[in-house]
Amino acid sequence: MQIIKNNTVVNDDWSVLRLQEGDAAETLVVPVGKTLVPLKVWLAQKTVLLHRADIGVWFASDERVEDLQDDVVKFSVIAVDFPKIGDGRGYTIAYRLRNRAGYRGELRAVGDVLRDQLFYMQRAGFDAFAVRADKDIHEALKSLKDFSITYQASTDEAQPLFRRVQRGA
Amino acid sequence: MYRYDQFDHQITAERVAQFRDQVRRRLSGELAEDEFRILRLQNGLYMQIHAYMMRIAVPYGMLSADQMRMFAHIARKYDRGYGHFTTRQNIQFNWLKLQDAPDILADLATVEMHANQTSGNCIRNTTSDEFAGVARDEIIDPRPYAEILRQWSTFHPEFGFLPRKFKFSITGATTDRAAIAVNDVGLQAVKNGQGEVGFRVLVGGGLGRTPFIGTEIASFIPWQHILTYAESIVRVYNEYGRRDNLYKARIKILVNAIGIDEFRRQVEEDWKFTKDGPCTVNQAELDRVAACFTAPAYEKLADVALPSDNKAFSNWVARNVKPRKVAGYASVVLSLKNAGIAPGDATEAQMDAVADLADKYSFGELRITHMQNLVLADVKQADLFALWEAAKASGLATPNIGLLTDIICCPGGDYCTLANARSITLAKAIDERFDDLDYLHDIGDIDLNISGCINACGHHHVGHIGILGVDKSGEEWYQITIGGNKGSPANIGKVIGRSFSFAQIPEVISRLLQVYVAKRDEGERFIDTLRRVGPDPFKEFVYATPVPEEAKLQMPDYELLAQGTPYDTPLYSPRF
Repeated sequence: MQIIKNNTVVNDDWSVLRLQEGDAAETLVVPVGKTLVPLKVWLAQKTVLLHRADIGVWFASDERVEDLQDDVVKFSVIAVDFPKIGDGRGYTIAYRLRNRAGYRGELRAVGDVLRDQLFYMQRAGFDAFAVRADKDIHEALKSLKDFSITYQASTDEAQPLFRRVQRGA
Repeated sequence: MYRYDQFDHQITAERVAQFRDQVRRRLSGELAEDEFRILRLQNGLYMQIHAYMMRIAVPYGMLSADQMRMFAHIARKYDRGYGHFTTRQNIQFNWLKLQDAPDILADLATVEMHANQTSGNCIRNTTSDEFAGVARDEIIDPRPYAEILRQWSTFHPEFGFLPRKFKFSITGATTDRAAIAVNDVGLQAVKNGQGEVGFRVLVGGGLGRTPFIGTEIASFIPWQHILTYAESIVRVYNEYGRRDNLYKARIKILVNAIGIDEFRRQVEEDWKFTKDGPCTVNQAELDRVAACFTAPAYEKLADVALPSDNKAFSNWVARNVKPRKVAGYASVVLSLKNAGIAPGDATEAQMDAVADLADKYSFGELRITHMQNLVLADVKQADLFALWEAAKASGLATPNIGLLTDIICCPGGDYCTLANARSITLAKAIDERFDDLDYLHDIGDIDLNISGCINACGHHHVGHIGILGVDKSGEEWYQITIGGNKGSPANIGKVIGRSFSFAQIPEVISRLLQVYVAKRDEGERFIDTLRRVGPDPFKEFVYATPVPEEAKLQMPDYELLAQGTPYDTPLYSPRF
């Protein structure tokens, strides 16, 4: 499938593993190949999964960055799930991963990821977007340029506008 | 007032372009309504019963004469010739077409205005004291801080999709005219022992289904740290605020559930990472913004004696003119509460007239009050008579500020899809029942608030008399609360008993007033008497005998009400 990564549409072969009803985090078999596993599965099977280089982890919107804290350096991809557009917890999860936990790898938005949310997501710390499959990903790419100026600091800009530029012109 | 620099203009222009494209995609069907809804709300656009409604931000209630003229233009060009000023110091237009919304935003941008975040689960327009900058009891002018908060909260990437809406209110005075205790965050300017400015911070106040008075989370946050501290509050709320139940999603529920001490601990835990960081407000930025709020070029004048031989003028002066700290000047409240008109409504002709009055008499600036009236803050006392005559000619000089007919009222069941009952029509019925000006002046200061549903847009909880529309098997009924107060100190009113029909309400209010007149001591306001004698005499008298229905007040034709007025324009209204 295709995702947006670093402002370009690219092919991608990571798959997102979701727990189905009746699955237990401890016993679920993690398939071979590049897999983003639920945080719960990572925490339950860490001793085994530690040895695989093709494992990433994803956060549900009600999960906490603190639960992963020391492990963030082990991953090259971390994802955050947006169960619906209006659930904005993922933005703070991204902010905390970047600014508190010091995560520098790929941070991917998955789930209900739509064009008009990408600009904020990018600012909060995401650099990869698995745009919902029924939407045109090339169209969605345009929204990353919706604004050329922002007032406040976030992950993308350490300084608020009033420290970035000479204001009042 | 604040003037945009090139960056403010750029951001606003980019927002208009963004929304124009979103509307295009909605109209072409590319965006479904459930995807578009969240986008239009963040641009102030609601779907009401009859049409789209746009709520335009008037940051902290201040606007220029030219901005008011733009409202008149919008009313003329895109609406039905009028607009509605709200309790959050904004304006709403009720009869818009979706297709026009981007053009309206583009027109607004030409006068440095917008509709950003006036709805949706994000940080809303910051409200403030309508007499900011001119009030006699002011410690500092809060407007520069309100503007700094506006910019910080505008398109904040982390806080666009909070559990629920989030409201800041800020005051720089000792008397709270900004209702800070019933906002999600209330900021009250204080000076410490060294004379340094900071803010006492209240959190978790709010009305709605579960009213709470805000709790103090910090007694003194130095002004430099106000953004980082606010950011930590909203961050903790974004993570932990409930999202499973719309009615339990406001920050007040979170603060109440975990307790203020635990909430404060979490905020401070987060704040330690950003305190003293780059988002600390610096003197240069405060100075830049504060320079926009300097005092106007007052002339050196002495206070003047006003003509006393005209009773109508004297009545108006007594109610609608407020003393100011500068000699020879006064502030004037132009009433938008006229018999037969929805509270807060103004026609395009009135908007133009008010703009001209502001230019002629008050340095070209206006304010909108949370009581849904307009203020000219800096009028020469010597001009008051001429101003009164001009205001009278435009129907803006009703001498009822603070009186019973100065009703706060939401749009209610006549317009709003959420309402259980009509508010505006009830306000009109009350207006008609109490049309004796001498009686109203005798009753004196009283806050009457009407909300058409539990969302409490009419702030009924903090009315001295509050009226709440409730639904009983599809019919509209009204519950009465008494003893609420909006500030200094803020109180939540108590329900007096079982609810009443539409046609009973004027009589219920009359009975409450009769108890006040019988029990009051010299110089006591309604709320003072109520506090002294307690609610029981009021309750007893209201329910002592059956309350008759006022014959001329008809029950509405619910079927007709639900139908609205049909339109054939696609996407014009949810019902067609």
